[in-house]
Amino acid sequence: MTNEFWSFIFGRLTWDVLPLHEPIVVITFLVVAVGGLAVVGALTYFKLWGYLWKEWFTSVDHKKVGIMYMVLGLVMLLRGFADALMMRLQQAIAFNGSEGYLNAHHYDQLFSVHGVIMIFFVAMPLITGFMNYIVPLQIGARDVSFPFLNNFSFWMTTGGAVLVMMSLFVGEFAQTGWLAFPPLSGIEHSPASGVDYYIWALQVAGVGTTLSGVNLIATIIKMRAPGMTLMKMPVFTWTSLCTNVLIVASFPILTAVLTLLALDRYVGTNFFTADFGGSPMMYINLIWIWGHPEVYILILPCFGIFSEVASTFSGKRLFGYTSMVYATVVITVLSYLVWLHHFFTMGSGASVNSFFGITTMIISIPTGAKIFNWLFTMYKGRIRFELPMMWLIAFMLTFTIGGMTGVLLAVPPADFVLHNSLFLVAHFHNVIIGGVLFGIFAGINYWWPKAFGYKLNEFWGKVSFWLWNVGFWLAFGPLYVLGLMGITRRLRTFDDPSLQIWFIIAGIGALVIAGGIGAMLIQFGVSILGKNKEWDTTGDPWNGRTLEWATSSPPPQYNFAFTPVIHDNDAWADMKNRHSQRPIKGFMEIHMPRNTGTGVVLAGLSVVLGFALIWYMWWLVILSFVALIGAAIIHTFNYDRDYYIPVEAVAEVEDTRTRLLSGAR
Amino acid sequence: MSSNATTAEGEAPQFYELVPHHHAPHGSTQIGFWLYLMSDCLIFASLFAIYGVLGGNFAAGPSPEHLFNLQLVAVSTGALLLSSITYGFAMLDMDEGKKTGTLVWLVITGILGAVFLRLTLYEFYHMIHEGAVPQRSAFLSAFFVLVGTHALHVTFGILWLVTLLIQIGTKGLIPANKIRVQCLSMFWHFLDVIWIGVFTVVYLMGMLR
Amino acid sequence: MSRFAKLLLVPLVAPLLAGCNAVVMAPAGDVALQQRDLIIIATVLMLLIIIPVMVLVVLFARKYRQGNNAKYEPNWDHSTQLELVIWSAPLAIIICLGAVTWVSTHLLDPYRQLGRLGPDRPVIAEVEPLEVEVVALDWKWMFIYPQYDIATVNEFVTPVDRPISFKLTASTVMNSFYIPAMAGQIYAMPGMQTRLHGVINEPGTYRGIAAHYSGHGFSGMHFQTKGVSDSEFEAWVAEVRNSPDMLNRQRYLEVEKPSEHVPVMHFAGVESGLYTAILNMCVERDKMCVSEMMSIDEQGGLGHAGVNNLAPELYGGGEKNRSPFGPQKTYVAAICSTDEAIAMTAKLPAIKAPNAAPLVGKGLIRPEMVAHSNAPALDWLAGKLAFNQNTSADAL
Repeated sequence: MTNEFWSFIFGRLTWDVLPLHEPIVVITFLVVAVGGLAVVGALTYFKLWGYLWKEWFTSVDHKKVGIMYMVLGLVMLLRGFADALMMRLQQAIAFNGSEGYLNAHHYDQLFSVHGVIMIFFVAMPLITGFMNYIVPLQIGARDVSFPFLNNFSFWMTTGGAVLVMMSLFVGEFAQTGWLAFPPLSGIEHSPASGVDYYIWALQVAGVGTTLSGVNLIATIIKMRAPGMTLMKMPVFTWTSLCTNVLIVASFPILTAVLTLLALDRYVGTNFFTADFGGSPMMYINLIWIWGHPEVYILILPCFGIFSEVASTFSGKRLFGYTSMVYATVVITVLSYLVWLHHFFTMGSGASVNSFFGITTMIISIPTGAKIFNWLFTMYKGRIRFELPMMWLIAFMLTFTIGGMTGVLLAVPPADFVLHNSLFLVAHFHNVIIGGVLFGIFAGINYWWPKAFGYKLNEFWGKVSFWLWNVGFWLAFGPLYVLGLMGITRRLRTFDDPSLQIWFIIAGIGALVIAGGIGAMLIQFGVSILGKNKEWDTTGDPWNGRTLEWATSSPPPQYNFAFTPVIHDNDAWADMKNRHSQRPIKGFMEIHMPRNTGTGVVLAGLSVVLGFALIWYMWWLVILSFVALIGAAIIHTFNYDRDYYIPVEAVAEVEDTRTRLLSGAR
Repeated sequence: MSSNATTAEGEAPQFYELVPHHHAPHGSTQIGFWLYLMSDCLIFASLFAIYGVLGGNFAAGPSPEHLFNLQLVAVSTGALLLSSITYGFAMLDMDEGKKTGTLVWLVITGILGAVFLRLTLYEFYHMIHEGAVPQRSAFLSAFFVLVGTHALHVTFGILWLVTLLIQIGTKGLIPANKIRVQCLSMFWHFLDVIWIGVFTVVYLMGMLR
Repeated sequence: MSRFAKLLLVPLVAPLLAGCNAVVMAPAGDVALQQRDLIIIATVLMLLIIIPVMVLVVLFARKYRQGNNAKYEPNWDHSTQLELVIWSAPLAIIICLGAVTWVSTHLLDPYRQLGRLGPDRPVIAEVEPLEVEVVALDWKWMFIYPQYDIATVNEFVTPVDRPISFKLTASTVMNSFYIPAMAGQIYAMPGMQTRLHGVINEPGTYRGIAAHYSGHGFSGMHFQTKGVSDSEFEAWVAEVRNSPDMLNRQRYLEVEKPSEHVPVMHFAGVESGLYTAILNMCVERDKMCVSEMMSIDEQGGLGHAGVNNLAPELYGGGEKNRSPFGPQKTYVAAICSTDEAIAMTAKLPAIKAPNAAPLVGKGLIRPEMVAHSNAPALDWLAGKLAFNQNTSADAL
């Protein structure tokens, strides 16, 4: 009777599911717990909870939401990278009959969670953070179209991350690879909580991503400053638009396919089972119809960042703006026509394989055009080798190699020997690190002074830059070689001792990258705590060209006291060239959205719902679902969602800036 | 909002808008909601694709001709199509500022939606009672999920409609409520369009196969 | 083409791979060799544009750095001629590569019978390809040699220079069959059949692997591939035939249970139709074969009578790994006996693989899923069904 009672309350959550028998996890838990308690204690001691809640958690200001996305992405980067280090260590020592130090149960979770975290909770939050922060500034808007939705989207993404982190200590994560192909991810082969964590973490985060996509498209379409026609938008805004179109047009497919997988697991339907007429191949097709556009969702905004960096630091207009825009749009469209290249080896037939192989290669044409455009932006320029520019050069040298191996993998017969190999692993890290991460680092160094008012420390930035570049090739060069030696991915132990040296080199490379991450954290620390900061009083420390540099650093809450009028695609460069005068009087009150805690509440309830579903606590499922709907309905009864910043407040902020500007000049 | 800001050559251009241009309230709401509907449409597209691929896999169990009752579906289709029309009347009354008329038409719309929902649930109950459960075959899984997802949308539509009735009742036809009625209108018609797809692909083509 | 490739291979790849056993770059089978050549050709084609770009990046970055006082034109942002070049140069490369892709994908289609054993060595018509039926199990590989009526686990032996024709399926989850020295990989999936053709030209022992992650035992799921002379092969076959073990349905179900790091097993005989039963997921005698099920579905299913034609799962799954809201694991019960079902599928013509004739520019027939090839059984089944539809209620 009591047993039944407890299993009613806790579902299948018992003491046994806590990984107390895994010393590594227990130690991690202790470290995280101590660290977490220290942070909570410090926040309480310095009475920061109220500040955080009022100024950040409930904020609907796109700049604060953007920064919170960046923090989430960087924190999760540490977790994802720790997983990578553990895998590298295991593969470096598991030779000659040694089992290494990780059992299959643990190791198989590691590579699954590493992929999930790096894509969904590192790369996605980081690029969404940039789009949130920069796009409204670049188009001269005061916020996004739906500020509340923006806050809600952020918290849903965080909710997904919370579920993934929970899986480390309560139960387990999926042991299926990052895309959880059935039948392996079906209830019969993965009965434990792992795949359920995977499903519900991605579903919760997916809602946030889709809504943030809707939000940013509406913002870019409806909120551009007067005069900014589509072909006068900054390239970063263009790539953000295309990325968000991809998000809105691909994440629903992920939502649908994961829902069906969940139904197979919870209700016993037969979508992706091997019997009763189900089709596992359908899952693989659908998930890659989402998965391939996802790759371009990540890379396009980084192309945008590089375009801004190239023209700013070459002191020159971007070469071939029009072809850059068309290249972006072509990539957006083509990204839907290539998904089958992820499984040429499924036996689709030569004509189908050739079609998808060739469409994949065609994508390299606009991508190549982009590389040339950056190249000719540098041509006849006056290049300043600041950190963002260094990342651009590193990107152009690294990414072209990754692109080349990518096209190689798009040739089906070549893919037959390279698919699922470490060559493939090296390829996608080559484009994701060399493209997406390098782009993010360029963006962080480029826009940090805008967000915080001072430049990042250059010395530690350069240390990080070189460690990352050297570490990258040390870590992934050997994987290319191992791939050509016919070694496949996701292996835990090896028989052939001659391979060990390559894995050791790769492990050293990973350690060098760890140094790069460490140097980056030191760079942040030194810059934030440093006493003699170079305060940027102009708001334009790089001699920038787009509108975000027209306002102060950090920008006031309302971004622009007067909406700028645009005449040229490098709007701010144009304003500087033609000596436009910033108006210093005649301010008006400004209409702004009010902060709200509803986003936190709704996302919190979603996490509880996900947790309850994972552990079969049906009463809690019903309760949290009803509460979720109820909270959403109650929110709609709140009509008091905006307020006006009074003229005096605006005038005070603007007068301070006027003083600073005159002092600076 | 991009508006005309080009200046004649040589004239000193204006770089800041000293007099703010007028923003229509909720100017982005319609396009934002439309974008959401398109993303929802893709969920249905995926489910249709699934049904298209798995719809013939009966696993030696029953097929559409053994299960579907076209007369029943015709009635529920009629109810849903009619509800789109009555929603249109509600919109017309709202445009003329007639609060009571709007409320009455919305109530009728809700009732027709509930009739549709009731008939769908009856059909499900009947099939499950016969043993044609979603677990029996890939076809039945795909059928229950496609039609069920649509029914779930209608359920949320009704819930939203009831909320809106209360809000219009208490606050009246203020702009914030009007935009909500417009969004729900898009949602409701969207469900109608999806249902026409379901009716054609699942029921008509299923019976004619 | 291949000589050209080799010429370029030496300076480009050799230093990188010196001293390591890069099997993909130096395979022992003709198919893998052609795939290797393709990798090199594609790489060289792309380097034609990649190298100039990388050189230009460095050159421009140096020349136009601040302080070098090179020519500075801040407003130069367009040049039609240059734009034409930057779009057409990659386009030209992709057109070449696209043509290479189209032709090579068709010529090296794994479903296609081999036309040659090596350069200028066409397959002699009399040589019968070695037929091998491969089953990916949790976590080991099973090889059935229907021409010799033997089977092995985790050991694959083949005579050199004899074309091999694989049929592949899996028992539970998806996997990928890959002998890097022989030919590219192909997925093995439950309830479906894929095909692969290859040949080994040089005697030796090679690695065979599971290339697609399939669960906890994945790392130990590999096998030895031996290329041997014809006489050695005959001797090996004789040795296997002398082993005490036989592979019948009962034994298969034992072997099929999940196990890791499985040593080599030999089976002196194989029950007739076993592979077909595995492929159609009906090794258990009262389980309906996939082919039978699909034939019935083509006919419109079994109606209400078929609703309860279920039997509880006898092994695996069962109550333990059950969905919280799903029924206990069941399967569709057979209507005709398995032997009848197998006899039915055995009579069918084998899947026609695309022939080895030179390409004339048109596409080849798309390989089909196995059960689709069972259409001729429909007429035979129709009569059976008419009878069963009336009596299937009794099947319980």
